[in-house]
Amino acid sequence: MPVPRISGRTSRVITVNGEGLDWHEGMTVRDIIRARKFTFPMLAVWIDDSPVSRGAFDTTVVPDGATVQIIHMISGG
Amino acid sequence: MSKEMKLIAEWTYKPSDVVRGYTNQTLFVNVGSRKFAAKPVSEEMKLKFTGGRGFDLKLLWDAVNENTRWNDPENEIVISGGPLCGTTQYPGAGKFYAAFISPLTDQTYDSNSGGHFAPLLKLAGFDALELQGKAEKDVIVFIDGDAGKIQILESPFDDVNAYTITEALHEAFSDGSNDDKRFVSVISAGKAAEKSLWGCLNSSFWDIRRKVARLKQAGRGGGGTILRDKKIAAVVVRSHKLSGDINKAVDVQVLQDRGNKLHREIHDLDAQQCRMRTVGTPHLNEIMNEYHLLPTHNYKFGQHPDIDKIHSNVYEGLFTQGIPDGCWYGCSLACAKAVDNYTIQTGPCKGKVVTVDGPEYETVASLGSNVGVFNPQWTIEANFYADHYGVDTISLGTGFAFVCECYERGYITKEHTGGLDLNFGRADDLMELIHRMAVGKDEFALAVGQGIRKMKRIFADRYGAPYEEMEKFGMEGQGIEVSEYVPKESIAQWGGYFLTLKGPQHDEAWLIFMDRVNKQLPTFEDKAEALHYFPNFRTWFSLVGLCKLPWNDIEPADNATAHRPQDAAKVPEHVQNYVDIFNAVTGRNISKEELVLMSERVYNFQRVFNLRMGKGTRKDHNIPLRALGPVYPDEWLAREEYYDNELKSVGVEPAGLSVEEKIARLQEARLTQWEQLKDAVYKRRGWDRNGIPTVRKLKELGMDFPEVVSVVEKHARPEDQWKD
Repeated sequence: MPVPRISGRTSRVITVNGEGLDWHEGMTVRDIIRARKFTFPMLAVWIDDSPVSRGAFDTTVVPDGATVQIIHMISGG
Repeated sequence: MSKEMKLIAEWTYKPSDVVRGYTNQTLFVNVGSRKFAAKPVSEEMKLKFTGGRGFDLKLLWDAVNENTRWNDPENEIVISGGPLCGTTQYPGAGKFYAAFISPLTDQTYDSNSGGHFAPLLKLAGFDALELQGKAEKDVIVFIDGDAGKIQILESPFDDVNAYTITEALHEAFSDGSNDDKRFVSVISAGKAAEKSLWGCLNSSFWDIRRKVARLKQAGRGGGGTILRDKKIAAVVVRSHKLSGDINKAVDVQVLQDRGNKLHREIHDLDAQQCRMRTVGTPHLNEIMNEYHLLPTHNYKFGQHPDIDKIHSNVYEGLFTQGIPDGCWYGCSLACAKAVDNYTIQTGPCKGKVVTVDGPEYETVASLGSNVGVFNPQWTIEANFYADHYGVDTISLGTGFAFVCECYERGYITKEHTGGLDLNFGRADDLMELIHRMAVGKDEFALAVGQGIRKMKRIFADRYGAPYEEMEKFGMEGQGIEVSEYVPKESIAQWGGYFLTLKGPQHDEAWLIFMDRVNKQLPTFEDKAEALHYFPNFRTWFSLVGLCKLPWNDIEPADNATAHRPQDAAKVPEHVQNYVDIFNAVTGRNISKEELVLMSERVYNFQRVFNLRMGKGTRKDHNIPLRALGPVYPDEWLAREEYYDNELKSVGVEPAGLSVEEKIARLQEARLTQWEQLKDAVYKRRGWDRNGIPTVRKLKELGMDFPEVVSVVEKHARPEDQWKD
């Protein structure tokens, strides 16, 4: 059953790079990276416009309804 | 041995000192007429063309005319490092850039290589070298920076293959000691460069730890083919003036500060980032596979179940560890990996124990997954022979992948191939084809070496193969083979590969992650902006003599958090480093914006140069259908859900359609997108609808030289001008 997060809004979904992803309680950045099979090591992660350091991927919990950007840094082959 | 080489011609000169990154003169050698000259470098030439590839193109422009073809005597190979080339305080500063009219594309091509040639050429007193003319028989060009003389010598070598001739010339032009051989560098090609259009330029440095000559390659575009067409067996440069301040920089302290900071980043972070120091570019093998970008079976698929056989860990075990593998002094990124004590299994070197440079990621894919071979030992051997025979591993592998698909589809048979079974994965027969190409053994081996564009025509004319079908999967653009990333997953990368100056090489823009995975480029205008910025930013490396890898294959610890994602992709701190070290060497005062402007000048000049050669318009930006999407059912069915969703994203409901119908509908939509991308990119670059730089753009850049403007005015049409 959807859980209210912000008054007047319910959610069980987050947005990752513009696409929806089912959210669960306690979901970490690392969980998303695994779910999306992002194996590239040079990732930049932003949650709702705040950066997350690479050392904190395992411990940073993603809130319900968050907008997450997982940026692969390589820009040249 | 130098005494055994008959002197044909000699010229003496006064070596010019390096001041603020420049010697202020270039060297001209015509091996046919035996003429030599030192040409002055003007302040305007430095301002407008900077150096490196910019100098190459300026000198090449002056040497050729619109009718020059690759094998005409006036075509040149021009080689230049650039004002930062030779810097030892900052990583990645040993590159040279070679430019020429390409035998594959009939327009300008530029290709780069590591090694010691360009720094030693600068120490010998020259910012660039022009090689023109055709000798009557094989010659060695010797640039003696110590004595101030240039010699054309009769080559005593029956075997001009690269490892043979390079080792011998390091010996011949040194006192024979291990230490003295490092003051010599050799450019060579090999026998296959005589028989194919895929000839590469090998550039050497003497590895004093291994006590062998190492070979780096300016692989692409056919420069080695031109070298051998000129009957130049090798070019040798020697200088003992090596020092810690080759460029006589204005502010060495800045170089040391920026360099030390980057050295620390590399030391502290490389193991967690790209592992360049332990495995080099093959760190990408399994990553590209995971993201469906590793070309397998001629770019049909982007993944393969045998990936573990070519995993980066396998290559890490094969590469000798613990040796600083920089291809120029001071490069702590040290990605020039090598396999030592490899025993050759086939061909004329069978049984020899050798050191093999690489393989790089590109070769793991080209002479590996793309031809369906997942055997690192085979790839190492193929890499050795490609270098030794003087052919580009990328074109060779992509070309072979095309041959394999033609064979698989029955367009060619053993009757045509001289008995070879060239299905994907037929490692022994593919290796035999490499050996046959080197000696031009038969009609088929010679045909393959002409490259995919000509192969399509030859296979159709001689063997009755269906030309239009081969057009779908012959992976070339502008006449040159695609490098080793699957492009069909990213609209922006169509541009990164196919809206380029010279064809699908990965040195302009690699945007697949930004576009496809990060979703940072949602509109055509966003993609066009990236296809403006990245090619121009990356062109700058080629102007100043730097390697691209220390830019973004290592990044500061806080890069990902200190900058917004769109900016972080540019690695702002490293870009600032480049501004600082350029100013520190030259004494100029450029900004980040001017850095891009410097590139834009040369980028647009090169585009007009191609126009002058009869290319450089919209129709020359071709793309094979497989680069846009699947062309056969097995490709679609390998990722059915994914491609069905792709179809939905362009407004087509896949339910009820056959696979063939789905392919046709997606191709139709993507061809429309391809034309939209062209429009957006041309507009952003300041080009007209036909892909021609406007006179207004040239004026804006200060590149409105009368001879350049007249080329544009000759070709520009009123109907191609943008209305707004």
